[in-house]
Amino acid sequence: MSALPIGMYVPGNSILHRLDPRVKMGATLVLMMIPFAVHGLWGYVALSTFVVTAVLLSGVPLGALLRTLRTVFWIAFLMFFLYLFTTPGEPLLALGSIAITRQGLLAAVAQIYRLCLLVTVASLLTFTTSPIHLTHGLEAMLSPLERARLPVRELAMVLTIALRFVPTLQEEIDKIAKAQRARGADFRTGGPLRRARNLVPIFVPIFVSAFRRADELATAMDARGFRSALHRTRMRKLRLGSLDLLATLIVMGLVLTVIWLG
Amino acid sequence: MRPFIEIENLKYVYPSFIPPHAGGQRGGGGQIVALRGVNLTIEQGEFVALIGPNGSGKSTLARHLNALLLPTAGAVWIDGLRTSDAHNVWAVRQKVGMVFQNPDNQIVATTVEEDVAFGPENMGLPADEIRHRVDDALAAVGLLDYRQYPPQMLSGGQKQLVAIAGALAARPSCIVFDEPTSMLDPVGRRQVLDTIRRLNAEEGITVLLITHSMSEAAMAQRVLVMEAGRMVMDGPPAIVFERGARLRALGLDLPPIVDIAQRLQAWGLPLPQGVLTVQDMVDALC
Ligand SMILES: Nc1ncnc2c1ncn2[C@@H]1O[C@H](COP(=O)(O)OP(=O)(O)OP(=O)(O)O)[C@@H](O)[C@H]1O
Ligand SMILES: [Mg+2]
Repeated sequence: MSALPIGMYVPGNSILHRLDPRVKMGATLVLMMIPFAVHGLWGYVALSTFVVTAVLLSGVPLGALLRTLRTVFWIAFLMFFLYLFTTPGEPLLALGSIAITRQGLLAAVAQIYRLCLLVTVASLLTFTTSPIHLTHGLEAMLSPLERARLPVRELAMVLTIALRFVPTLQEEIDKIAKAQRARGADFRTGGPLRRARNLVPIFVPIFVSAFRRADELATAMDARGFRSALHRTRMRKLRLGSLDLLATLIVMGLVLTVIWLG
Repeated sequence: MRPFIEIENLKYVYPSFIPPHAGGQRGGGGQIVALRGVNLTIEQGEFVALIGPNGSGKSTLARHLNALLLPTAGAVWIDGLRTSDAHNVWAVRQKVGMVFQNPDNQIVATTVEEDVAFGPENMGLPADEIRHRVDDALAAVGLLDYRQYPPQMLSGGQKQLVAIAGALAARPSCIVFDEPTSMLDPVGRRQVLDTIRRLNAEEGITVLLITHSMSEAAMAQRVLVMEAGRMVMDGPPAIVFERGARLRALGLDLPPIVDIAQRLQAWGLPLPQGVLTVQDMVDALC
């Protein structure tokens, strides 16, 4: 359904679901950077074991994960051949003027691995963290920047509202597209210019309705006493538990192991 | 004691923006005069319906009740607080909640309970108190089991109940409903109307229900009729519906059952006055 290389929240009660969003976001960042510190086989084994265990623990359907991986297939494909053919080194196989080198093969595989890891780890975060927790975690992590006058709470509010309206707008786009198709509109054939032009009858009504929605939403928020985010309190408080401490230690352990293994 | 809502000679002129729908009463200089001197009092606990043709000023009047709009002339008092005093705005918005027509465009959060918490969070209440109010409000509309649901998984009627819970969580004395059922299917309409009636009867919440449906208006104790920015009728439904010809001239049809009763009376059938529901009719005939 979503065309993004990250997943939509899958409700559940796994260990990963129960972790504090701040811990999960921190761990995600670490896991996205860690592959660059890995060079030897054992480092990859340790990292892979960790990620596979996390995927299994999350209880996220593997099919859903594979679907998000599929969205980066063409990028991975391109990257693979780019690295394969352009890395100089000791040749394995020569096809006329281009040669596949040992270094090229290793670099290509490593790149694919990093990309898949990136997507998997990011999806794991979005699969196991509800939009509220995600924005709440982001808000908490960015809150030091409030001193630098960054309107963090307002930004979190905007993000929440955006997430709230994604499915609504998606539904509306589908509805209008169907209505236009029923009148003979064609969104599939013709050159890119023609196709882009055919999308106009979908996006014009969407924009018009989005502005009306925004206006009504603003009125409804006023009616519910919304003023600046500085007056607000929150129902949900983030609290770190023993599970969060354990997870943090494990991730730190992983980092040390990988660095030690080289 | 003063009435809960007091409106004195209220006039409102929209600055000359493009109106959302045609049919405006244009004054000089392209301005739109939406309210032309409305006087009204509503007591705590009343159930009042407000009807009138499109563009007659119903929504504009409603928006004066919680200081979303401030009078161009005249005054509005809510529980003795004048809405045009800047320091009364937040108290007034706490006392009068609002539920609008489109359920999709008034839900701000990605789950039911977070959305209901929005009002109390704006009031700056402590977390425990917010949680308590959210649970109470969800229980009052029968949605406790749906607290974790994302709004897009609810029916239109349920979304509108979320909006009602959102208003309730601020613990208001009054809720203004601006055509809350006009985008709903019959099931959703029933759910919402039953909830409104129950909140009025059991929780003593003052209700102002703006509607285009005469059958909904018949639920109220008192019906107000607006035309072109003025209040033209005010009375119990039975009395207001007696003036069928006048209502029809405003483009308002009687509820079918009232219409039938009046036709039968015109034919000489000795029906009592004030038949408003099918049940009344059954009682009168059998
Ligand atoms: N934001 C606005 N800017 C300018 N004019 C407006 C605005 N909103 C409403 N009006 C005008 O004010 C008048 C009263 O409108 P209002 O929305 O109060 O009517 P209503 O009785 O609620 O109608 P409906 O039954 O269609 O909801 C109309 O003439 C309308 O065109
Ligand atoms: Mg209106």
